[in-house]
Amino acid sequence: MTIPTSSIEQVIPGQGAMAQPSAEPAKTAKAKRQRFLFVRNGKAATGLIVFGLYVLFAIIGPWIAPYDPSGRSNDLVQGPSAAHWFGTTHLGQDIFSQILVGTRSVMYVGFLAGLIATTLSVLIGVTAGYLGGKTDDSLSALTNVILVIPAIPLMIIITSVLNNASDTLIAVVIGLTSWSWNARVLRAQTLSLRRRDFVEASRASGETTWRIIVFELMPNLTAVIASGLVGTVIYAVLSEITLAFIGITSNDGWNWGTILFWAQGQQALGQHAWWWFVPAGLAIACLGTALSLINFGIDEFVSPRLRSAGKTKLKTASGHTVRMRIGFTPVLENSAATPVMREAK
Amino acid sequence: MKYFLQRIGFYVFTAWAAITLNFFIPRMVPGDPVQSLIAKYKGQLSTDAMQSLYILFGLDKHKSMWAEYVDYWKQIFHGDLGLSFTFFPAPVSQVISQALPWTLLLVGVTTIISFFLGTSLGVLAGWRRGSWTDGLLPVTTFFSSVPYFWLGIIAIYLLAGPDSFFPSSGGFDSGLVPAWDQYFIPSAIQHSLLPALTILISSVSGWILSMRNMMVTVASEDYITVAHAKGLSERRVALSYAARNALLPNVSGFALSLGFIVGGTLLVEIVFSYPGLGFTLLQALGARDYPLMQGIFLIITIAVLVANLLADIAYLLLDPRTRKDG
Amino acid sequence: MAEPVLEIRNLNVDYGLGDRAVHAVRDVSLTLHKGEVLGLAGESGSGKSTLAYGLTRLLAPPGVITGGQVIYHPALGDPYDVLALSDNGLRAWRWAETAIVFQGAMNSLNPVHKISTQLMDVLKAHEPSMSAHSRAARAREMLKLVGISADRMDAYPHQLSGGMRQRVMIGMALILQPQVVIMDEPTTALDVVMQRQILGQLIELRERLGFSVIFITHDLSLLVEFSNRIAIMYGGRIVEEAPANTIYRDALHPYSKGLLSSFPALRGPRRELAGIPGSPPDLAGMPAGCSFHPRCPKAFEPCDSAIPVLGRPDTPDGASRSVACWLHPAEQPVG
Repeated sequence: MTIPTSSIEQVIPGQGAMAQPSAEPAKTAKAKRQRFLFVRNGKAATGLIVFGLYVLFAIIGPWIAPYDPSGRSNDLVQGPSAAHWFGTTHLGQDIFSQILVGTRSVMYVGFLAGLIATTLSVLIGVTAGYLGGKTDDSLSALTNVILVIPAIPLMIIITSVLNNASDTLIAVVIGLTSWSWNARVLRAQTLSLRRRDFVEASRASGETTWRIIVFELMPNLTAVIASGLVGTVIYAVLSEITLAFIGITSNDGWNWGTILFWAQGQQALGQHAWWWFVPAGLAIACLGTALSLINFGIDEFVSPRLRSAGKTKLKTASGHTVRMRIGFTPVLENSAATPVMREAK
Repeated sequence: MKYFLQRIGFYVFTAWAAITLNFFIPRMVPGDPVQSLIAKYKGQLSTDAMQSLYILFGLDKHKSMWAEYVDYWKQIFHGDLGLSFTFFPAPVSQVISQALPWTLLLVGVTTIISFFLGTSLGVLAGWRRGSWTDGLLPVTTFFSSVPYFWLGIIAIYLLAGPDSFFPSSGGFDSGLVPAWDQYFIPSAIQHSLLPALTILISSVSGWILSMRNMMVTVASEDYITVAHAKGLSERRVALSYAARNALLPNVSGFALSLGFIVGGTLLVEIVFSYPGLGFTLLQALGARDYPLMQGIFLIITIAVLVANLLADIAYLLLDPRTRKDG
Repeated sequence: MAEPVLEIRNLNVDYGLGDRAVHAVRDVSLTLHKGEVLGLAGESGSGKSTLAYGLTRLLAPPGVITGGQVIYHPALGDPYDVLALSDNGLRAWRWAETAIVFQGAMNSLNPVHKISTQLMDVLKAHEPSMSAHSRAARAREMLKLVGISADRMDAYPHQLSGGMRQRVMIGMALILQPQVVIMDEPTTALDVVMQRQILGQLIELRERLGFSVIFITHDLSLLVEFSNRIAIMYGGRIVEEAPANTIYRDALHPYSKGLLSSFPALRGPRRELAGIPGSPPDLAGMPAGCSFHPRCPKAFEPCDSAIPVLGRPDTPDGASRSVACWLHPAEQPVG
């Protein structure tokens, strides 16, 4: 499991009035271009491209798979070859086909669970943050309870009493147990937005609550919601694979966790059959990294301070190299450009 | 103090919610699971075990739901979590009390090391932004996207084996009996190194990243500029001003992420056949040993709540704003 | 006129690098004399705060100093260029020679440390030989000086009101008895009564301790009341500089006049209130010529093509003032 990496919650509330002057006027002129800047962000673009490939394989995977993933053959526990790119299992099944076919289940569960969790987190987080008072108290308590109860053991308990969980059911269980982090983030965001002038103004002018939430608040929460969705998808994918790895999975299909389950159960390690567990793990890691990159893009889009500092080494006029850092502004040229005339006073 | 009492109240409430969940989940099962279990165990179950199963699944037709709920609580207060099928006729509480120390030591110690190590590296990465530490980010991102258990498999494949220093499974050498002696303890430590390393590598990146981001955020706060303007040493500004403040959200993050982390570490135990709660949970799952599964869930939840409470106390000591004005 | 204590010579500050750099401070020269209060006024974005942060090298990335000198005249010894100091030299110079009172009273103090700790760590850094006891005594003394009772020593910032925090900051600024104190909008976050109380106290302290002040604010009325000389910035340049009274009675630059007519007169006859039309210039896309010409009611032929230099105007009191405007072409350029 991974701990949520989104830092939006920690970044936005309670910023001090920055005493540091900044190039404010320049910002407004660039505001229009900023909308597209997100895609131009290198991290986000890389993430989106890799993620797009996964979506593509989720769609076409079962069609382009060279073998039936469950089909047996006489090539038992063979290493990678031209016939079997990722080798075979103890039953002679083609691992490459299993990975391709399994992509659909992974993406489906990831997305369905992500959507369920995001919807719940928006409903609960925004309502709590906007309405405040008793509603907030009880919804926050609910959120925090779900947050501290260890999710994986809870999922195991729930799914184990449900015999033969389908992919959809597993996605629902994951979705129902993993909304709380985002609900917390959204509540904090909504609280800070609610105090802003434009929301106060619509309230004063008698707009209905749901109109304010939908038309005033939601557009300002888009980035947070998107980042929450991406985070939950990573989390849901990892959860599904974890559950499958310990044997909780639908009987009818393959996913990367099932492959690892069989690899572990059939002593792939003892047989040095690295091809059995390495591809599935890398597939998870690349998907997770791609989604994390998208989230970094969103984070940096929302709070530019987090951007990697870019060019930080500078050459001074005298040829020294200095670094941009807080507290010591670099001096590029240290001479009075024009001859100084003493004031004759 | 008020803050502290509020937090205690919250944890009591959460414990109640978890126990209540535990009570209701088996009652959602359609059909008569006890019959199918009895069939599965083909007469190996005693009447006692069957009786406790009926109570567990709420199939005791003579009682109202409320009476069952009250009974359930009475059982819990007596430390009675039912009998385990897998380790029949051992009570669940006994099975858990054997596995718990292993998990507490492995997961507890590793998580704390991971937090401190990750936080320190995050301070460096956030303070010296633009230096080599920025190169850490892609690596940490990759590692935080890998499931803990997969990393464990890789670790075993690469590092463990018959000829290797690292044993690939178990908590101690099979010839030894658990005791606090000079044979057992070194063996236990040796067996815990690889699982600990796995947990450390997978969890440390999250702390690095969140601390780095907090450092970057805090570095542009006014009081940091003031600290520079005061002519304080770089060390003092970085640690006493920036890191000291950036630490606060990371500590509350620590408490909140424990639930996530524990889930992952249980899986590491499974990969290493480490005799802790995670491995026991896997055995219970395979045997559909519901009393044991539920007992484990309960204990893990309570352990996480206690750890949360400790993190809260740490936060209380670190942030003067949560203390009562004096 | 007294001795100079801080001379800014042709200071240039950019945000960013290369072609996309924004020139926030251009070729600014300004001299602060011993014991005087020099006011620095302008709208937001005029570069006045950037100037202050630039000369102390506290500007956060992507700020860079692209040229100029900041000559400091220590009480003893030869003058030196602050921008040429090493990191350690700069650390030693900061606060001991030039202290700053920042804009955000609320956020200037570290929320997790007691104010005593924050007062004393300055002493620890600059006077390591001082004993813990005398550090505490000095911190108490500074609090007393700014009117805070010594029993607040162990308070945390959140336990103090906004006004008290700003007093703590002023006390902290004076703890090493610097020659120069820069105040960047020190009282904007406070209510008007508190503003005058704190500024009055500061002026009184200055007379007692003899430091010089650079006082930065957008509120020209405060400057007229509290400073000796006023420099007015627009678009990163100084457009007019003169004794406070002269600016108030007889500003030459149309921008100065605009600023003056945007607040009611403190004393004397009533004037008509009028703002300045238009908005401050975009530093990234400065108009050619005098940067004020698009908003200037008196703009004429040379204004949109050539930049007027700051120099002595052709007026009877021209020797004590300077202005950068084609209406008053410089007799003799300054700086």
